[in-house]
Amino acid sequence: MATTETFRKVRLVLWGAVAAVALAGGALLLGEAQRAQQAGSNLPAAATIGAPFTLTRSDGTRFDSQSLAGKPYAIFFGFTNCPDICPTTLLEMSNHLKQLGANADKLNVLFISVDPSRDTPEHLKLYLSAFDDRIIGLTGTTDEVAAVAKSYRIVYEKVPSKDGSDYTMNHTASVYLMNANGRLVSTLSFQEPEETRQRKIDNLVAG
Amino acid sequence: MKMFSALVMLALTALAVPASARDITAGDLVISNPWTRVTPPGAKVAGGFLTITNNGKEADRLIGGSAVISHRLEVHEMSMEGGIMKMQEVAGGLEIKPGATVVLKPGSYHVMFLDLKASPVEGTPITGTLKFEKAGEVTIAYDVAPLGAKSSEAGHEGMQHEMKSGADGNMKKMHGGQHGHH
Repeated sequence: MATTETFRKVRLVLWGAVAAVALAGGALLLGEAQRAQQAGSNLPAAATIGAPFTLTRSDGTRFDSQSLAGKPYAIFFGFTNCPDICPTTLLEMSNHLKQLGANADKLNVLFISVDPSRDTPEHLKLYLSAFDDRIIGLTGTTDEVAAVAKSYRIVYEKVPSKDGSDYTMNHTASVYLMNANGRLVSTLSFQEPEETRQRKIDNLVAG
Repeated sequence: MKMFSALVMLALTALAVPASARDITAGDLVISNPWTRVTPPGAKVAGGFLTITNNGKEADRLIGGSAVISHRLEVHEMSMEGGIMKMQEVAGGLEIKPGATVVLKPGSYHVMFLDLKASPVEGTPITGTLKFEKAGEVTIAYDVAPLGAKSSEAGHEGMQHEMKSGADGNMKKMHGGQHGHH
């Protein structure tokens, strides 16, 4: 009898702990969102997006994110077996770079494959030859890509075809605009007008 | 008299031509403006777009088809959910309700050319078939718009824009890229 009573008490205490943790977590998230809002952005925890990384460039050389320091950059994720949003975004970024004219060298543009098993450096190089050659195409091992995607809070997953012989991918489609200090300041969506996107890029480059 | 009736016949034939000479009728369905666009070199997939109107009293479904440029064709839907691009096959085919018009376009429903055996070349139509549950198999030809075109029309505008903003050989490269594919 006493044992049952003890168990009941322990259970109560445990549930209390769960509730406390949930509350604390909720408050933390709320605080984060509020801070982001105060910073004039609806992006949660903007400051914590991204972390140092090394990946492989489409020319086969290694790329260290340290080389991005001191210059704003646009970063987005995709894959070459993507029929719509990836080539469209790549073309749009090519056009934005062209619009920047001489200021284009004040911006780095990074395209990271979330399908590294199919997107070898060679394949990425061939694919990207249709776009502005200032776009830096990156791939790597599955783990390397997963780590970078995680730090940028990118979601991606394989979607197998019906017969299982092939797959396509779901992935975060936004372009992140990072300032010279590596902080997220804005995002681009393919759904917004070209002028809006260009203005955001102009602002980013102007610092 | 013979001449007169021939003229009448001719006039009637002209009247019978649908609004757009390019519309394709299959049973109760009218298919218009099929188009696709140039893909980057090495791309293994492409999207096909078109408009389907059902003038009948029963629903029909687009369940598949084929195209000369790909090994497989599927009917897909792209959607955005919280910034995430989601791509999936339309389960059971794409329904076209009676009286409805369904537009397959970038960022939405599309036919997916999978495992490309040839790259679309701008200005060279691509023939293929579409399979409907009721209307059966229909042969169509997709116009080919430039890389990244958002509509078959906008493709041309995009092109001009590109030219105006001073194409620095990039356009040439895009076309050149086509030949570089395998």
